[in-house]
Amino acid sequence: MNSNFKTKITPTVKLDKGLNEETVRSISRLKNEPSWMLEFRLKALALFNAKKMPAWGPDLSAINFDDLYYYIRSQDEQKKSWAEVPAEIKNTFERLGIPQAEREYLSGVEAQFESEVVYGSLKKELEEKGVIFSDTDSALQKYPEIFQKYFAKAVPPADNKFSALNSAVWSGGSFIYVPPNVRVAMPLQAYFRINERNMGQFERTLIIADCGSYINYVEGCTAPVYSATSLHAAVVEIFVEEGARVRYTTIQNWSGDVYNLVTKRSFVAKNGVMEWVDCNLGSKVTMKYPSIYLKGEGARGETLSLAYAKAGQNQDVGGKIFHLASDTSSRIVSKSVSAGSGVSTYRGLVKISSGVKDVKTNVICNALLLGKNSVANTYPFIEIASRDVSAGHEATVSKVDEEQLYYLMTRGLSKDQAQGLIVSGFIEPIAKELPMEYAVELNRLLEIDMKGSVG
Amino acid sequence: MLEIKNLFCSINNKEILKGVDFTINPGETHIIMGPNGSGKSTLASALSGKPGVILTSGSISIDGVDITKENPTKRANLGLFLAFQYPMEIPGVSLSNALRLAYNNKTYPTDQKLSPVKFRKYLKEKAEILGISDSFLERNLNEGASGGEKKKSEILQMLVLSPKYVILDEVDSGLDVDALKKVFGAIRDIGDVGDIGIVVITHYQRILKYITPDFVHIMVEGKIVKSGGSDLVQQIEEGGYQKIDVRE
Repeated sequence: MNSNFKTKITPTVKLDKGLNEETVRSISRLKNEPSWMLEFRLKALALFNAKKMPAWGPDLSAINFDDLYYYIRSQDEQKKSWAEVPAEIKNTFERLGIPQAEREYLSGVEAQFESEVVYGSLKKELEEKGVIFSDTDSALQKYPEIFQKYFAKAVPPADNKFSALNSAVWSGGSFIYVPPNVRVAMPLQAYFRINERNMGQFERTLIIADCGSYINYVEGCTAPVYSATSLHAAVVEIFVEEGARVRYTTIQNWSGDVYNLVTKRSFVAKNGVMEWVDCNLGSKVTMKYPSIYLKGEGARGETLSLAYAKAGQNQDVGGKIFHLASDTSSRIVSKSVSAGSGVSTYRGLVKISSGVKDVKTNVICNALLLGKNSVANTYPFIEIASRDVSAGHEATVSKVDEEQLYYLMTRGLSKDQAQGLIVSGFIEPIAKELPMEYAVELNRLLEIDMKGSVG
Repeated sequence: MLEIKNLFCSINNKEILKGVDFTINPGETHIIMGPNGSGKSTLASALSGKPGVILTSGSISIDGVDITKENPTKRANLGLFLAFQYPMEIPGVSLSNALRLAYNNKTYPTDQKLSPVKFRKYLKEKAEILGISDSFLERNLNEGASGGEKKKSEILQMLVLSPKYVILDEVDSGLDVDALKKVFGAIRDIGDVGDIGIVVITHYQRILKYITPDFVHIMVEGKIVKSGGSDLVQQIEEGGYQKIDVRE
């Protein structure tokens, strides 16, 4: 599917460009928020203003915070059926294949257009079991107790400049609560769409998987191409309670003018399992290092990350895992493909606290270079303050093997086909973890992008 | 007709082939023998269009189409198949997927395309001939396969693509007797069925137990020094390559 198209629609609310106290107050007023949330936002704004831009990593100097829209509302209230969604927006999601996916293989869907969730649904039997799947704004109004217990507890506003920004102007995102021992068999999907140029999207996602529950959450992101900077600065917080398991899958395909600066963090209790499956194909710059805090004994964490950087793209991604309890294990598998003059970087940290025992960790990062000018960087850090640890690390950077290309060509495959197969083989360890429909789409996106990119 | 005319080629500026001439007609089986380093494998590489093997003079044509300057894809699509001495491992790529793409690219004998379901059935039929299990077809292309498995996979690929001319580069190395029988049984079968030109490159005489050539060529130092029938093999067995009288 092609995601590069613009939807013509007149917003019902569009705050002026730029960020100041009044912007924050307006957002909070429009949402009828309790006063504690307004205070939270204002404090976060002060933190954002006080914090410097990160001095490491990709160049972010082209982001002009005064030239962004911080809040756009395209319809007055969220709808429960596609029929009620304004035709222009509905068509947008039709073209992206969302309603069809919802019918065929999802437990529930949420669609965010600019700042607000415009559509949400959840299968009835899950609702009856007590599963909550709503936009985060509604959750603040409807479930204040559970909301306040978890909100901003994994990612405090002061964590970094962009988590502070998100905390000040957050809007939309998913709120999920899965009751004890409820297993949500099919994925819940959220779809994030930026439509306006110079848009800032700041959704906030909060997932709580109660004891012994299971959920697979999938998010997809796209935007049309504008050659005008847009910013996506989300915060995602996940709480995996005892014995629960959460898999969070991202397929990010922003257009090449979006700065994608996202903070994702998960706290994992005893015997819980957290899995990040993070695929980054689009955006101008992505900085994202999903982290996992293994807080309870027997907890397990896994980050599977895939980055594809073509000309003009900088994918700075990785993962962080903190072993804070004994008998915990973790694995990071990072695969990156750089084409043209694309830059991909793996930046990772595994930290094992003192006094914890029986810890296992394994980090594998493999980079594949397709073009003569493409770049792959690897910055793996493993800090071990305990003795009872088994740690493994492997890092490779390679080019497409000429002998492999030749071999496939002697079977009668074209050079492009041969390279396509070699690249899809390279990413297969990640692709096979995706739901089948997404794996197919991923391979198709790469195929389109790589045509003729053999260096 | 696969026609090789006065072929010279070099690798890293070192001349390896120094004027090779021979012609394979459909239905013929040729064996090329020669000591290590005589240029046999380079000949296979040159015919298939391997990058780095530079053709400095001469020509190669398939059924009248000059392929001297064509890439390996074009050569394969015209019906040439090379079974590798050391097949490459392609991690993460399933044998059946790669082979279906290849099958649907070829333009001989027709440009018939097979859907995944139909191709699967066709592939299974061919695999059965070689005693290859279904699970092998789902595996990745040569990834982690034993030497024998890789060779069988090459022959399976050959059967599936049903080329017009095949070059088997040291196909007998790494195979036990049972596997050899199966592989050459399959080669004989396709030789009998279609008008296929077969070139077997080897330095083992034992191959004659399994296949009867129409022609035997002896290659020494980049040239075919002698051609003849299978009786040539007898001479080598008795006296080695040095004793071959090239003046005859």
